[in-house]
Formats: sequence, C-alpha cells, structure tokens
Amino acid sequence: MNFQAIKAIYLYEMARTGRTLMQSIISPVISTTLYFVVFGAAIGSRISEVDGVSYGAFIVPGLIMLSLMTQSLSNASFGIYFPKFTGTIYEILSAPVSYFEITVAFVGAAATKAVLVGTIIFVTATFFVPIEVQHPAWMVAFFLLTAMTFALLGFIIGIWADTFEKLQFVPLLIVTPLAFLGGSFYSISMLPEIWQKVTLANPVVYLISGFRWSFYGKADVSLALSLSMTLLFLVICLAIIRWIFKTGYKLKA
Amino acid sequence: MSAIISVQSLTKTYDGGFQALKSVSLDINEGEVFALLGPNGAGKTTLISTICGLVRPTSGTITVGGFDAIRNYREARKLIGLVPQEMPVSHFEKVIDMVSFSRGLFGMRSNPALVEEILKDLSLWDKHRAPIMALSGGMKRRLLVAKALAHEPKVLFLDEPTAGVDVELRRDMWRIVENLKNRGVTIILTTHYIEEAEEMADRVGVINKGEIILVEEKNELMRKLGRKELTLHLQTPISELPAGLEAHDLTIGDDGKSLTYSYDTKSERTGITALLNDLSKAGVRFHDLNTTQSSLEDIFVDLVKEKA
Repeated sequence: MNFQAIKAIYLYEMARTGRTLMQSIISPVISTTLYFVVFGAAIGSRISEVDGVSYGAFIVPGLIMLSLMTQSLSNASFGIYFPKFTGTIYEILSAPVSYFEITVAFVGAAATKAVLVGTIIFVTATFFVPIEVQHPAWMVAFFLLTAMTFALLGFIIGIWADTFEKLQFVPLLIVTPLAFLGGSFYSISMLPEIWQKVTLANPVVYLISGFRWSFYGKADVSLALSLSMTLLFLVICLAIIRWIFKTGYKLKA
Repeated sequence: MSAIISVQSLTKTYDGGFQALKSVSLDINEGEVFALLGPNGAGKTTLISTICGLVRPTSGTITVGGFDAIRNYREARKLIGLVPQEMPVSHFEKVIDMVSFSRGLFGMRSNPALVEEILKDLSLWDKHRAPIMALSGGMKRRLLVAKALAHEPKVLFLDEPTAGVDVELRRDMWRIVENLKNRGVTIILTTHYIEEAEEMADRVGVINKGEIILVEEKNELMRKLGRKELTLHLQTPISELPAGLEAHDLTIGDDGKSLTYSYDTKSERTGITALLNDLSKAGVRFHDLNTTQSSLEDIFVDLVKEKA
C-alpha cells in the first residue's frame, strides 16, 4: 500500500476545503438553517406531529441526509473532475498508486467533508428543535455508509463527466429530486397509496428511513431492508469503479 | 552500458483505429541523454505516455530498471519522472506544497531539505510560498520539472521541454538537463527542435508515423550522414567553370563570386587536395574560404522525406 500517496491526495483535497471554506462548509449550514426556519418554525408550527414526533424534529434526519448526500456527491465529483479538466491527473496516473488507493483518497476526503458538514448541521439543529437519538450506533453507521456511498457515486460521475454541464447534470436532475422525494420532509405514509408504492423504487427512501429510525425509532420500511438497500447501493458503486479502473474508462487511452 | 528502459515490439492502436505505434523496440542506456525526434503526430508523446503508464499498450512489453511496467508498475514508475508537454498545473496551491505533493504521490516520505534543494536548483525558491497562478510561464515549466524530480527518479522524461518558450528559457532548460545528466539521471526528451538534440543528446532516435526509423549516436550520425560544403569566395567573378575543373562537383553561386564544392566527410578521399591543385592550375584565385557541415536538421528532413 502506498500510504504516502493516499495521505498526499487526501490532504490535498482537504486543503481545497480549507481554501473554499465559504463554499464548502458555511453555505450548506446556512441553507439548512433556512430550511429549519421555514419548514421547522414557520410552516412546521402549523403541522401536526408526524409519527408522534413534532414536524420540526421529524425533518432533522432528512435534512442531515439531504446535505450529507449532496455534499459527498459534489465534493467527490468535483475532486476527481477538476484534475481531469486541468490535466494535472497525468501525475496521479503515472504515479505508483493503485486504483484502490486513488479511490480511497478521493472518496475518503469527500466523505470526510460531508461528515463534517452533516455534523455541523446536526449540532445546529439542536438549537432549533428538541432532538433525541435512540440508536446512536446505528445513526453513526447510516451516517458513514451514506457519506461513503454518495462519495463513490460522485467519484463515478466525476470520471464520467467531460463537461461542467454533465458534472452538474446528475446531482441537479437526478439526485436532488430523489432526495427531496425520498421522504426528507415527509413520511411516505402521508402519500396516496399508489405513490407509496412508486416511492419504494427510490433508493434514497431506504437511507432516510433507516437514518430516521435511528433517531426516533419510527421508520417507513424495516431496518433490515434499509440496511441491505444501503449496502447494495454501496456494492454497486464499488463494482462500477472497479470496472472503470479495469478498463481505463475516460482515464486512459 | 546497460539498458535502464527496454521497449520491445510495442504497438498502440487507439480506439478510433489509429495506429500510433507500430512495433517499436528501443533501449535507453543508463545515464544517457536520448533525444527522440519526429514531426508532429509521429508518436513521440504516445511512446512516452505508454512507458509512463498514461496510455495502455495494445501489445509489446516495457521494462524499467528490469521491472515490467504493467505487472510491476509500482517499482517501474518509482524510477520515472515525467514532465508533460502541456503545462497542467493547479492554480491556488503553493509551489512548495505541490512539489511535496508529488513526492508523497510516489510513496516517499516528506523531505523538506530535498524539496528546498530542488527548488533552489531550478531558481524557484524565491517563489516557494507563492500560489502557482502567480508564476510566469517559464517558472511553471520549471515547477513541472521540480515536481517530476521530487521523488528522486533515475529516469526523467521531458516531453517537448522547450516548445513555445523563449531563447533564454530554452538555454535554461539545457543547463538543467546538463546538471541532471552530471548527476547520473537518464534523460529522454522529445523535441522537434533539432538544435536541441544537437546541443544536448548523446544519442538520437528518429520516429516517424509510429516507427523508429533510426537510432544512432549523435556524433556518429552527424559524421555518417553529414555532408560538408567548401565554399570559395573568388577574387574575380566567373560566369562559367574554367577548363580543367569539370571533373569536380562544383557549383557557381553568388553571381559568380563563389564556388561551392560538396563532399562526404566519411569517405577516405574528399578530393579537396586535387580540387585545390586544379584551381591553382586553372588560375582561379580566391580571397576566402569556409566549410560548413550539414546540421542534424538537414539530416532529419532528408530521413523523414526518404521514408515517407
């Protein structure tokens, strides 16, 4: 294992966060705070409890998941896309680094940043609404698994994209809608029956449901199903990355 | 001398079907400066990129220091530093951080003293805390050299190191190559400036249309293929060759004010003595003479034309 290389790439990526503190950390915190103010305080006060939890508190796990997903996705996709765009990737490709090490470094850094943002949002949320965490270990597990999975997905998107437009396309047109429709702001039991079925095709439902269960012990789908869907998603991403590096897809002629 | 890089029957066909390398075999000796010459699109960059791991070979083998470049890519790549043709640099990072980054990428522990030395050698130390975007084009080029040297490679690839740079920087680059060579680093450079190969290289390889058409010691090449011209500047202009000189391969130039005789330096008899004797017999007087040797450029143009 070339640990020095993993460290070099990881620290380089983390340094980028440091330089873009405003964009990386502060802006997601501000936007989430706005969600709390609008949905939690203003609108939430007029909504009755959901599954026995006040609406403001109910949306907290969903909001954390929402930023965790978008952050890990955008960090990882940008992290690998940018060296491709500027051409500096030549150095990584000509270095004695295995594909596994490259992935660990980029995905690890992106997930770290997302976890950081997620944690800040969690702490911020405690100022607005009362939060209880019934299953802290499961919460951490879902938290980390989601950050990792979406960082892997972002990594794939970053390699696939060859224009900035494509880089924005998947997060904006696919992931954000799935995240919003995945039960961030509602319980799927609130939907008409037919939509409850359709919604189950959305992988994000399982992530948010499992995560919310770790907070309030209430879930839309069973814990086992949530966990296995999350792991399945992770395995699919890993398989795609393995294929990318095996074939050199978009990286090597 | 032993080969530090050995390329055997290397071919590369790109996805579009373009065959960039056609069974290239080439040995690079340890410690030499090897210049790879060729017109644009000849396969120079593809060859380098394949050795460095940026392009996947279609067939053939590459060994670096005895290590297979694919099976033992870690060992092989550690020995190589690459300075690419384009100038891909990040913008916001500090110079010193990027050189240290390169070292880490190649699996080496950080060594600030060495990084400082490299930057000083390349006259970049004054700028080591500056963000890269504040560097001039020449400095960026030197930064790329510094990054390639950060892991103390035994072989350095310079892909068109002086493409589009001014004269001063070109001389600068030559000096850098000289220093590295003195320290025992093997250098492979691609260029289409013949002058550069002539100045720096020990050996020259010519590649055209994906094939190595010639590999030769530079001096040997120049001697073997070099033609010399003897030009006589006449005191009185002539309009046609005086009698008794027809046997010599002479051309009248410069409105009859000069005579040019071309000869082969590799032949035992150049015919100069006979020519001078005949000239004095014919009463041709000249006030000056000079000889010129054909440059690598002429040789190169001839070669590429011939094989085309």
